[in-house]
This record gives sequence, C-alpha cells and structure tokens, in this order.
Amino acid sequence: MKYLTETIVLAVGAFLALLGVAFAKDRLFEAHMWVLFFVLLAGTLVMVRRVSFAPAAAAPSAADDGYFDEVIKYGVIATVFWGVVGFLVGVFIAAQLAFPDLNIEPWLNFGRVRPLHTSAVIFAFGGNGLIATSFYVVQRTSRARLFGGNLGWFVFWGYNLFIVMAATGYLLGITQSREYAEPEWYVDIWLTIVWVAYLVAFLGTIMTRKEPHIYVANWFYLGFIVTIAMLHIVNNLAVPASFLGAKSYSAFSGVQDALTQWWYGHNAVGFFLTAGFLGMMYYFVPKQVNRPVYSYRLSIIHFWALIFMYIWAGPHHLHYTALPDWAQTLGMVFSIMLWMPSWGGMINGLMTLQGAWDKIRTDPIVRMMVMAIAFYGMATFEGPMMSIKSVNSLSHYTDWTIGHVHSGALGWNGLITFGAIYFLVPKLWKRERLYSIRMVNWHFWLATLGIVIYAAVMWVAGIQQGLMWREYDEQGFLVYSFAETVAAMFPYYVLRAVGGGLYLTGALIMAYNVTMTIRGYQRDEAPIPGAAPALQPAE
Amino acid sequence: METYTAMRHFADSWGLAAMTLFFLAVVLFTLRPGGRKAAERAAEIPLKED
Repeated sequence: MKYLTETIVLAVGAFLALLGVAFAKDRLFEAHMWVLFFVLLAGTLVMVRRVSFAPAAAAPSAADDGYFDEVIKYGVIATVFWGVVGFLVGVFIAAQLAFPDLNIEPWLNFGRVRPLHTSAVIFAFGGNGLIATSFYVVQRTSRARLFGGNLGWFVFWGYNLFIVMAATGYLLGITQSREYAEPEWYVDIWLTIVWVAYLVAFLGTIMTRKEPHIYVANWFYLGFIVTIAMLHIVNNLAVPASFLGAKSYSAFSGVQDALTQWWYGHNAVGFFLTAGFLGMMYYFVPKQVNRPVYSYRLSIIHFWALIFMYIWAGPHHLHYTALPDWAQTLGMVFSIMLWMPSWGGMINGLMTLQGAWDKIRTDPIVRMMVMAIAFYGMATFEGPMMSIKSVNSLSHYTDWTIGHVHSGALGWNGLITFGAIYFLVPKLWKRERLYSIRMVNWHFWLATLGIVIYAAVMWVAGIQQGLMWREYDEQGFLVYSFAETVAAMFPYYVLRAVGGGLYLTGALIMAYNVTMTIRGYQRDEAPIPGAAPALQPAE
Repeated sequence: METYTAMRHFADSWGLAAMTLFFLAVVLFTLRPGGRKAAERAAEIPLKED
C-alpha cells in the first residue's frame, strides 16, 4: 500500500497543528499553527488522492535507469520557483530603501521582508538547488540509487515545509533576530530533523556506492551537510519561553552570543554558499565541457584547505567590538589565508576548460559557469581584503558589504546554479536540448549586467557612506548627520533596484525556458554560431 | 584552572598542533608519488556515464 503511512502521519500532524492553535500561549504562535495546519491539511488531501491499495510494486521500476530522479525534478522546479520569488522580494526591498513609502505596515515592512529575501534566496533557492544537485551528483558518481527509499521525498517536502514556516513566520513578525537563522525554536527543531534525514540519505548513498573512489564533489557536499548541521544546532541553542509559544531565549549572552552568531553566519557563507556550490562546480563544469577537472589533486587540497581555514574566519564580522582583540586578529589572519584555497579552486575550475576555451563563445551554459567561477574568484578576493581591520573600519556597516555579498551570491551562487539547472532539465526530462539556447544567452547577459550594476553602485555608495560617517571638521565635530548620509544614498538605491530588476528579468526568462523545456517544446531558432561543427558537402 | 583558560590553552597548543599535522599529512598524502595516476582515474568518474 503506497503512501498510506505517510498520509496518516500528515493527517496526525495537521491535527497536532490544530491542537497547537487551540492551546497556543500567544497570538503569533496561534497564527503560525494555523498556517501549519492548512499546509499539512492540503498535503493530506493531495496524498489521500494518491494512496494506492494495490500490492506494493517490486523494486524501483527499471524505466528510470535505477536512479531516484523524480525528487530531483521536484527540486529543480522548486529551485526555479523560489529563485524567482527570492529575487522579486529582493527588488521589492531595494525599492523600499529608495522609496520608504513602500513599507506596507505591518506585514510588508523592511524589517520583516528583508529576512524573507535572504532566506528565500539562500535557503529556498540555494538550498533546494543544493539538495537537488547533491542527490543527482551522489547517485551518478557513486553509481548507486539514492539511499533510504522514500527518504528523498521526506527531505524535499520537509525542507520546503521548513521554508514555508520560516517565510510565513517572518511576515507575521516571528523572529529570534539571529542573522540568516531567524526562524524560532520549533522551526529550528524541524529543520534539524530534516537535515539529519538529508545526511542519512546522502551518506547512505556513499556507503552503498559501487564506485570505489568518492568523487571530490561529494566531499564538498558532505562537508556542507555535516558543517551546516553543527552550525545550525549550536547557533540555535535556545530555551523556549513556553512549549506552545513562539518566543525563545538564546543559551548565550553578550559577546559570546555575538561570536556564536557570526561563527554561524560566516560559516553559513563558507559551507552553504561556498563548499556546497563548489560541489556543483566540480561536477557540472566537467560535465558541461566534457573534460575532467584540471587538477584532481588540487581539488582535494582545495577541499581540505577550505574547511580547515574557513571555520576560523567568523570573528572578522566583529572588528572593533567587545570581542577580544586576539580573536579579531585570528579571524582576519585566517580570512587572508583563505585567498590561497579560493584562488586555487577558481584556477582549477577555469583551467578545466583547457583545450575547450571555444565553448565560452559557443555554449552560453559554459559561459554562465565561467562567469560564476570568475565571480567566485572576485568575491573571495574582496572578502579577505574587507576583513583587514583598517579596510574594515571604512567598509563595515556600509553598503559596500551588501555589494560584496551580492557579487558572491548573484555572481557565484546564482550563475553556477543556473548553469546546473540548464544542464539538468533536458537530462531529467529526457529532452534533446533546452527549449531555447538563445534565451540562456539573454539570461546570461541580463544577469551579468545586473550584477555589475549592483556591485559597482554599492561600492560607490558604501565608500561614500563610510567616508561621510568618519568626516570630522577642524573642531572635532562630525560633519554629516546620519540622516544626511541616508539621503545621499538615494540615487544609488534606485540604481541598485535597476540592477536587481535586470537579474530578476533574467530569472523570469529562465523560468519560461525551463517550463517550455519540461513541456517538451523546442524553440525554432538559429543555432549559436560555431556551436555545431559546420557540415561539409560530400565530395 | 578555570575551564575557559584550560580549554583555551589546549586549543592553542595540542589542538592547533594536531590540526596542523593532520592538514599537512593530507596535503603530503595527496601529493605522494603515484598519487597522480589515482587522481587522474578519479577525475574521470563523472564522465563515465550519461
């Protein structure tokens, strides 16, 4: 009997959510439990329609070449969907900063929508992309079916339930105020359960592999999964005020709390946004250019150097604070040392194209991946530079930081994920090619132009802001009031929204292209010049 | 000795030494003679199928 247990568990879950509504200690928890109830109820109804009382089918059908790809298809669609949502929310909050009248009280003011944006792009878009690609890569490079039967489905739906609960919580005003970890304790516990299931599915596949060697992409993915589990648990250690209430209090206080948050925050960058996506790079770049990685041994050293150094870099977010000076210096020194593995990895990724450089001209997907790696190099150059204390005294708290984050996130994470999606969609749905290759080219240029505008504008804005804040007159008074420095940012904020708008437009083109590919259409278009070898007439 | 101080001293002596040695051992193992062949075989894994 297919999915009977799952359906019952969902129904029980919906009932428990209803009990949560009835006995809630505060209004926010009550509202949030209503959300959970309706989501689980909808899930139950969908499942009830799918329950089959036929005897269980023998082993997985041979039609899907033995790999569990159905969940990856859902993952790819979720990645595209959340990407568009996340970028849209980003453009909205960019517009809010330029035009404060757009702060629609209470649900859509900046303070609530900003974490919605960061979580939607990092965890919903990036996270779904990482889960989907890691399931694809680990099966292919282990030559084994995903471990744990339906566990993959639990990971996918469980993770997306986490996202829905996090997102609706932010809009309701539920937050524990920890950056990139805003969801409250009960949502954190749910994510922990889902994450352990993810680890079991991933590690189980590696343990049952038929390929003797564990390919390097899996090392990066595993490093990402294990470290995120550790970071998530430690950072979210908290005591709930009530088991039926939304509020909790951190187990740490003062500067320990600050350091825990940035130990988490920076390593979320290092292991979620770097290690995980490097796993993508080390599989999809060789696949798309059809060449092995430039130096496999360099990729191994890249991995170990990255994980040994990244974990210490967090204190650079707390320069000139109550954090002990030695800890600040430690964070700075390790950040600078990170130049080596980062650039080693970048060179390794780019040199994989050796002997196939023409593909940058003829294959827009390769072009996208190369631009992603280039942005990886640029962002990981800029980051260590900004961690140097004297540079940080100018850049900290300014929009330069936001520009830096976005050149990494839009440039590196975004473009490498788009590249992986364009590779995966025809493969997963067994299509000859994408609906349109030329649209990929449009997406590439819109995204690149959007990032360049965004980053350049934020450099100017950030440095101007930093200089205005530290401008003293000859008597030692500050020259500018804070409000003046805010007013001076207006043109930059408008331009930033334009850059974000271009990036969003590119993503919408991708969504259309992916949809049409899935539906089985092929756009009638001229091929990219040089893409296919020109046919010679027979002599 | 205070727990914090004890852990701190352990971290910046034995802990640091152990991690540095492990890291150096990994790098040396990766660059061992004969490692190139194994690495080249491993690099081909993604290209084997599909």
